[in-house]
Amino acid sequence: MNDAVVLITGARKGIGRYLAEHYVRRGAQVVGCSRSEPDWSLEHYTHFCVDVTHEADVRKMVTSVHKRFGRLDVLVNNAGIASMNHVLLTPAATAERIFATNVQGVFLLCREAAKVMQRRRYGRIVNISTVAAPLHLEGEALYAASKSAVVTFTQILAREVAAYGITANVVAPTPIETDLIRAVPQEKIDAIINRLAVKRLGRFEDVANVIDFFVRPESDYITGQVITLGGVS
Amino acid sequence: MEITQQAVSRQQVVEIILAALQDVLEGVAPEETPALDENTRLIGRSAVLDSMGLVTLIVETEQRLEADYDIVIMLADDRAMSQTRSPFLSISALADYVMQLVAEQGA
Repeated sequence: MNDAVVLITGARKGIGRYLAEHYVRRGAQVVGCSRSEPDWSLEHYTHFCVDVTHEADVRKMVTSVHKRFGRLDVLVNNAGIASMNHVLLTPAATAERIFATNVQGVFLLCREAAKVMQRRRYGRIVNISTVAAPLHLEGEALYAASKSAVVTFTQILAREVAAYGITANVVAPTPIETDLIRAVPQEKIDAIINRLAVKRLGRFEDVANVIDFFVRPESDYITGQVITLGGVS
Repeated sequence: MEITQQAVSRQQVVEIILAALQDVLEGVAPEETPALDENTRLIGRSAVLDSMGLVTLIVETEQRLEADYDIVIMLADDRAMSQTRSPFLSISALADYVMQLVAEQGA
Protein backbone atom coordinates (compact mmCIF):
# COMPACT_ATOMS: atom_id res chain seq x y z
CA MET A 1 0.00 0.00 0.00
CA ASN A 2 3.07 2.27 -0.12
CA ASP A 3 2.04 5.72 -1.38
CA ALA A 4 -1.45 4.48 -2.30
CA VAL A 5 -4.16 7.07 -1.67
CA VAL A 6 -7.13 5.63 0.19
CA LEU A 7 -10.43 7.47 0.77
CA ILE A 8 -12.68 6.16 3.53
CA THR A 9 -16.12 7.58 4.30
CA GLY A 10 -17.54 7.51 7.82
CA ALA A 11 -13.98 7.50 9.17
CA ARG A 12 -14.63 9.28 12.47
CA LYS A 13 -15.38 6.14 14.46
CA GLY A 14 -16.09 2.42 14.34
CA ILE A 15 -15.02 0.41 11.30
CA GLY A 16 -14.08 3.58 9.39
CA ARG A 17 -11.61 4.71 12.04
CA TYR A 18 -10.16 1.20 12.29
CA LEU A 19 -9.68 1.09 8.50
CA ALA A 20 -8.07 4.55 8.48
CA GLU A 21 -5.53 3.44 11.09
CA HIS A 22 -5.07 0.09 9.35
CA TYR A 23 -4.20 1.65 5.98
CA VAL A 24 -1.96 4.32 7.51
CA ARG A 25 -0.04 1.47 9.20
CA ARG A 26 0.29 -0.18 5.81
CA GLY A 27 1.94 2.92 4.34
CA ALA A 28 -1.00 4.55 2.58
CA GLN A 29 -1.99 8.20 2.49
CA VAL A 30 -5.47 8.04 3.99
CA VAL A 31 -8.22 10.60 3.55
CA GLY A 32 -11.34 10.22 5.63
CA CYS A 33 -14.59 12.04 5.95
CA SER A 34 -17.53 12.28 8.30
CA ARG A 35 -20.16 14.86 9.14
CA SER A 36 -18.23 16.06 12.21
CA GLU A 37 -14.59 16.36 13.27
CA PRO A 38 -12.93 13.29 14.81
CA ASP A 39 -11.46 13.55 18.31
CA TRP A 40 -8.24 11.94 17.09
CA SER A 41 -5.56 12.66 14.51
CA LEU A 42 -2.93 10.63 12.75
CA GLU A 43 0.15 11.24 10.62
CA HIS A 44 -0.58 10.57 6.93
CA TYR A 45 -4.30 11.00 7.63
CA THR A 46 -6.38 13.95 6.41
CA HIS A 47 -9.96 14.51 7.48
CA PHE A 48 -12.75 16.31 5.66
CA CYS A 49 -16.04 17.27 7.29
CA VAL A 50 -18.40 16.20 4.53
CA ASP A 51 -21.93 14.88 4.45
CA VAL A 52 -21.85 12.18 1.74
CA THR A 53 -25.37 13.08 0.64
CA HIS A 54 -24.25 16.58 -0.49
CA GLU A 55 -23.18 16.39 -4.12
CA ALA A 56 -21.18 19.64 -4.22
CA ASP A 57 -19.26 18.84 -1.03
CA VAL A 58 -18.45 15.29 -2.20
CA ARG A 59 -17.18 16.66 -5.48
CA LYS A 60 -15.04 19.31 -3.75
CA MET A 61 -13.52 16.70 -1.45
CA VAL A 62 -12.59 14.34 -4.29
CA THR A 63 -11.19 17.29 -6.28
CA SER A 64 -9.08 18.30 -3.28
CA VAL A 65 -7.76 14.75 -2.90
CA HIS A 66 -6.86 14.65 -6.59
CA LYS A 67 -5.14 18.05 -6.45
CA ARG A 68 -3.16 17.21 -3.34
CA PHE A 69 -2.09 13.67 -4.15
CA GLY A 70 -2.53 13.50 -7.94
CA ARG A 71 -4.30 10.17 -7.66
CA LEU A 72 -6.90 8.11 -5.85
CA ASP A 73 -6.31 4.36 -5.63
CA VAL A 74 -8.90 3.07 -3.19
CA LEU A 75 -12.37 4.15 -2.10
CA VAL A 76 -14.08 2.45 0.84
CA ASN A 77 -17.69 3.55 1.20
CA ASN A 78 -18.11 2.83 4.88
CA ALA A 79 -20.46 5.66 5.90
CA GLY A 80 -23.87 4.27 6.66
CA ILE A 81 -26.81 4.71 8.95
CA ALA A 82 -29.28 2.22 10.36
CA SER A 83 -32.61 2.53 12.07
CA MET A 84 -34.15 -0.56 13.61
CA ASN A 85 -37.89 -0.34 13.58
CA HIS A 86 -41.00 -2.20 12.50
CA VAL A 87 -42.07 -1.13 9.00
CA LEU A 88 -45.49 -0.07 10.33
CA LEU A 89 -43.83 2.33 12.76
CA THR A 90 -41.16 3.79 10.48
CA PRO A 91 -41.51 7.49 9.54
CA ALA A 92 -41.01 8.45 5.88
CA ALA A 93 -38.25 10.86 6.95
CA THR A 94 -36.27 7.92 8.37
CA ALA A 95 -36.57 6.04 5.10
CA GLU A 96 -35.38 9.08 3.17
CA ARG A 97 -32.42 9.58 5.50
CA ILE A 98 -31.34 5.94 5.27
CA PHE A 99 -31.51 5.87 1.47
CA ALA A 100 -29.82 9.28 1.13
CA THR A 101 -26.75 8.18 3.08
CA ASN A 102 -26.57 4.49 2.24
CA VAL A 103 -27.47 4.65 -1.46
CA GLN A 104 -27.18 8.21 -2.77
CA GLY A 105 -23.97 8.77 -0.76
CA VAL A 106 -22.39 5.61 -2.15
CA PHE A 107 -23.41 6.58 -5.69
CA LEU A 108 -21.95 10.09 -5.40
CA LEU A 109 -18.64 8.89 -3.96
CA CYS A 110 -18.33 6.11 -6.55
CA ARG A 111 -19.09 8.49 -9.41
CA GLU A 112 -16.60 11.15 -8.38
CA ALA A 113 -13.89 8.67 -7.36
CA ALA A 114 -14.21 6.69 -10.61
CA LYS A 115 -13.82 9.89 -12.64
CA VAL A 116 -10.45 10.48 -10.96
CA MET A 117 -9.44 6.79 -11.01
CA GLN A 118 -10.12 6.38 -14.74
CA ARG A 119 -7.38 8.90 -15.52
CA ARG A 120 -4.74 6.42 -14.32
CA ARG A 121 -6.73 3.41 -15.50
CA TYR A 122 -6.62 1.99 -11.98
CA GLY A 123 -8.94 1.96 -9.00
CA ARG A 124 -10.39 -0.19 -6.25
CA ILE A 125 -13.85 0.53 -4.85
CA VAL A 126 -15.23 -1.37 -1.88
CA ASN A 127 -18.78 -0.84 -0.68
CA ILE A 128 -20.27 -2.15 2.54
CA SER A 129 -23.49 -4.15 2.75
CA THR A 130 -24.76 -6.29 5.64
CA VAL A 131 -25.88 -9.79 6.59
CA ALA A 132 -29.23 -8.18 7.43
CA ALA A 133 -30.03 -8.35 3.68
CA PRO A 134 -29.53 -12.10 3.02
CA LEU A 135 -30.89 -12.98 6.50
CA HIS A 136 -34.03 -10.83 5.92
CA LEU A 137 -33.86 -9.57 9.49
CA GLU A 138 -37.13 -8.28 10.92
CA GLY A 139 -36.87 -4.69 12.11
CA GLU A 140 -34.25 -3.85 9.50
CA ALA A 141 -36.37 -3.69 6.35
CA LEU A 142 -35.24 -0.24 5.20
CA TYR A 143 -31.63 -0.64 6.28
CA ALA A 144 -31.38 -4.05 4.59
CA ALA A 145 -33.20 -2.77 1.47
CA SER A 146 -30.76 0.14 1.18
CA LYS A 147 -27.83 -2.25 1.51
CA SER A 148 -29.36 -4.58 -1.11
CA ALA A 149 -29.44 -1.55 -3.36
CA VAL A 150 -25.71 -1.06 -2.64
CA VAL A 151 -25.05 -4.64 -3.82
CA THR A 152 -26.98 -4.24 -7.09
CA PHE A 153 -25.49 -0.80 -7.70
CA THR A 154 -21.97 -2.16 -7.14
CA GLN A 155 -22.49 -5.13 -9.43
CA ILE A 156 -23.59 -2.90 -12.30
CA LEU A 157 -20.95 -0.25 -11.53
CA ALA A 158 -18.34 -3.03 -11.70
CA ARG A 159 -19.32 -3.78 -15.29
CA GLU A 160 -19.45 -0.11 -16.28
CA VAL A 161 -16.00 0.80 -14.94
CA ALA A 162 -14.14 -2.44 -15.71
CA ALA A 163 -12.76 -0.96 -18.94
CA TYR A 164 -11.06 1.74 -16.86
CA GLY A 165 -9.14 -0.78 -14.73
CA ILE A 166 -11.44 -0.09 -11.77
CA THR A 167 -12.90 -2.89 -9.69
CA ALA A 168 -15.95 -2.56 -7.42
CA ASN A 169 -16.82 -5.13 -4.77
CA VAL A 170 -18.87 -5.52 -1.62
CA VAL A 171 -18.14 -6.82 1.85
CA ALA A 172 -21.19 -7.67 3.95
CA PRO A 173 -20.30 -7.78 7.66
CA THR A 174 -22.13 -9.49 10.48
CA PRO A 175 -22.98 -7.41 13.54
CA ILE A 176 -19.81 -5.88 15.02
CA GLU A 177 -19.59 -4.15 18.38
CA THR A 178 -20.06 -0.56 17.11
CA ASP A 179 -22.43 2.33 17.77
CA LEU A 180 -24.62 1.03 14.94
CA ILE A 181 -25.76 -2.01 16.94
CA ARG A 182 -25.45 -0.60 20.48
CA ALA A 183 -29.21 0.05 20.61
CA VAL A 184 -30.09 -3.47 19.48
CA PRO A 185 -31.26 -5.77 22.32
CA GLN A 186 -28.83 -8.56 23.25
CA GLU A 187 -31.36 -11.34 22.53
CA LYS A 188 -31.74 -9.99 18.99
CA ILE A 189 -27.94 -10.02 18.51
CA ASP A 190 -27.80 -13.57 19.91
CA ALA A 191 -30.53 -14.66 17.49
CA ILE A 192 -28.54 -13.25 14.55
CA ILE A 193 -25.33 -14.94 15.72
CA ASN A 194 -27.22 -18.24 15.92
CA ARG A 195 -27.97 -17.98 12.21
CA LEU A 196 -24.29 -17.57 11.28
CA ALA A 197 -22.07 -20.53 10.40
CA VAL A 198 -19.36 -19.08 12.67
CA LYS A 199 -21.18 -18.15 15.88
CA ARG A 200 -19.56 -14.95 17.11
CA LEU A 201 -19.78 -11.20 16.63
CA GLY A 202 -17.70 -9.85 13.77
CA ARG A 203 -14.46 -7.97 14.35
CA PHE A 204 -12.99 -4.97 12.58
CA GLU A 205 -10.15 -7.25 11.48
CA ASP A 206 -12.63 -9.50 9.64
CA VAL A 207 -13.81 -6.58 7.54
CA ALA A 208 -10.28 -5.26 6.92
CA ASN A 209 -9.18 -8.74 5.81
CA VAL A 210 -11.74 -8.84 2.99
CA ILE A 211 -11.05 -5.24 1.97
CA ASP A 212 -7.29 -5.99 1.89
CA PHE A 213 -8.04 -8.78 -0.57
CA PHE A 214 -10.30 -6.64 -2.79
CA VAL A 215 -7.86 -3.71 -2.99
CA ARG A 216 -4.71 -5.66 -3.80
CA PRO A 217 -3.36 -4.76 -7.27
CA GLU A 218 -3.41 -8.52 -7.98
CA SER A 219 -7.22 -8.55 -7.50
CA ASP A 220 -7.78 -6.91 -10.90
CA TYR A 221 -9.81 -9.94 -12.08
CA ILE A 222 -12.18 -9.80 -9.09
CA THR A 223 -15.06 -7.37 -9.49
CA GLY A 224 -18.80 -7.21 -8.84
CA GLN A 225 -18.39 -9.72 -6.02
CA VAL A 226 -19.99 -9.86 -2.59
CA ILE A 227 -18.17 -11.50 0.31
CA THR A 228 -20.45 -12.06 3.27
CA LEU A 229 -18.84 -12.65 6.65
CA GLY A 230 -19.77 -15.28 9.21
CA GLY A 231 -20.58 -17.97 6.67
CA VAL A 232 -23.89 -16.45 5.52
CA SER A 233 -24.73 -17.06 1.87
CA MET B 1 -12.11 23.77 -0.19
CA GLU B 2 -13.23 26.80 -2.23
CA ILE B 3 -12.22 26.43 -5.84
CA THR B 4 -11.01 29.55 -7.64
CA GLN B 5 -11.93 29.65 -11.27
CA GLN B 6 -9.67 30.93 -14.03
CA ALA B 7 -10.98 32.45 -17.22
CA VAL B 8 -10.95 30.18 -20.24
CA SER B 9 -11.41 31.03 -23.91
CA ARG B 10 -13.51 29.03 -26.34
CA GLN B 11 -10.35 28.15 -28.28
CA GLN B 12 -8.76 26.74 -25.11
CA VAL B 13 -11.91 24.66 -24.49
CA VAL B 14 -11.78 23.33 -28.06
CA GLU B 15 -8.13 22.37 -27.54
CA ILE B 16 -8.98 20.56 -24.31
CA ILE B 17 -11.75 18.58 -26.01
CA LEU B 18 -9.53 17.77 -29.01
CA ALA B 19 -6.71 16.56 -26.73
CA ALA B 20 -9.14 14.48 -24.65
CA LEU B 21 -10.69 13.00 -27.80
CA GLN B 22 -7.27 12.22 -29.23
CA ASP B 23 -6.37 10.31 -26.04
CA VAL B 24 -9.69 8.42 -26.00
CA LEU B 25 -9.32 7.38 -29.66
CA GLU B 26 -5.68 6.37 -29.21
CA GLY B 27 -6.78 4.15 -26.34
CA VAL B 28 -9.23 2.35 -28.65
CA ALA B 29 -7.33 2.09 -31.96
CA PRO B 30 -3.97 3.93 -31.89
CA GLU B 31 -3.16 3.32 -35.56
CA GLU B 32 -6.50 4.51 -36.91
CA THR B 33 -6.96 7.94 -35.29
CA PRO B 34 -8.89 10.11 -37.79
CA ALA B 35 -8.19 13.80 -38.45
CA LEU B 36 -10.04 15.85 -35.85
CA ASP B 37 -11.41 19.37 -35.94
CA GLU B 38 -14.29 21.38 -34.48
CA ASN B 39 -16.78 19.75 -36.84
CA THR B 40 -15.87 16.20 -35.80
CA ARG B 41 -19.11 14.40 -34.93
CA LEU B 42 -19.29 12.82 -31.48
CA ILE B 43 -22.67 11.07 -31.80
CA GLY B 44 -24.70 9.75 -34.71
CA ARG B 45 -23.85 7.63 -37.75
CA SER B 46 -20.64 9.46 -38.67
CA ALA B 47 -19.42 9.68 -35.06
CA VAL B 48 -15.81 8.83 -34.28
CA LEU B 49 -16.76 7.36 -30.89
CA ASP B 50 -18.94 4.56 -29.58
CA SER B 51 -21.19 5.22 -26.55
CA MET B 52 -18.53 4.18 -24.02
CA GLY B 53 -16.01 6.39 -25.80
CA LEU B 54 -18.39 9.33 -25.45
CA VAL B 55 -18.71 8.68 -21.69
CA THR B 56 -14.92 8.68 -21.38
CA LEU B 57 -14.62 11.86 -23.46
CA ILE B 58 -17.16 13.70 -21.28
CA VAL B 59 -15.41 12.62 -18.05
CA GLU B 60 -11.95 13.42 -19.47
CA THR B 61 -13.12 16.86 -20.60
CA GLU B 62 -14.58 17.60 -17.14
CA GLN B 63 -11.37 16.40 -15.46
CA ARG B 64 -9.08 18.44 -17.74
CA LEU B 65 -11.15 21.62 -17.30
CA GLU B 66 -10.80 21.12 -13.56
CA ALA B 67 -7.07 20.29 -13.62
CA ASP B 68 -6.02 23.02 -16.08
CA TYR B 69 -8.47 25.85 -15.32
CA ASP B 70 -10.08 25.01 -11.94
CA ILE B 71 -13.42 24.84 -13.70
CA VAL B 72 -15.81 22.44 -12.01
CA ILE B 73 -18.83 21.68 -14.17
CA MET B 74 -21.07 18.71 -14.76
CA LEU B 75 -21.45 18.23 -18.52
CA ALA B 76 -23.92 15.35 -18.43
CA ASP B 77 -26.66 17.01 -16.40
CA ASP B 78 -30.41 16.61 -16.90
CA ARG B 79 -30.56 19.72 -19.09
CA ALA B 80 -27.89 18.44 -21.49
CA MET B 81 -29.71 15.14 -21.83
CA SER B 82 -33.06 16.77 -22.63
CA GLN B 83 -31.94 19.31 -25.24
CA THR B 84 -33.32 18.75 -28.74
CA ARG B 85 -29.97 19.74 -30.23
CA SER B 86 -27.54 17.65 -28.20
CA PRO B 87 -24.48 19.46 -26.81
CA PHE B 88 -22.59 16.24 -27.54
CA LEU B 89 -23.27 16.36 -31.29
CA SER B 90 -19.85 17.70 -32.24
CA ILE B 91 -16.72 19.21 -30.72
CA SER B 92 -18.04 22.64 -31.65
CA ALA B 93 -21.40 22.02 -29.92
CA LEU B 94 -19.65 20.66 -26.83
CA ALA B 95 -17.32 23.67 -26.67
CA ASP B 96 -20.32 26.00 -26.92
CA TYR B 97 -22.03 24.11 -24.10
CA VAL B 98 -18.92 24.30 -21.88
CA MET B 99 -18.70 28.06 -22.48
CA GLN B 100 -22.40 28.42 -21.64
CA LEU B 101 -22.00 26.53 -18.34
CA VAL B 102 -18.85 28.50 -17.45
CA ALA B 103 -20.65 31.80 -18.15
CA GLU B 104 -23.61 30.72 -15.99
CA GLN B 105 -21.26 29.81 -13.13
CA GLY B 106 -19.59 33.21 -13.31
CA ALA B 107 -22.91 35.06 -13.45
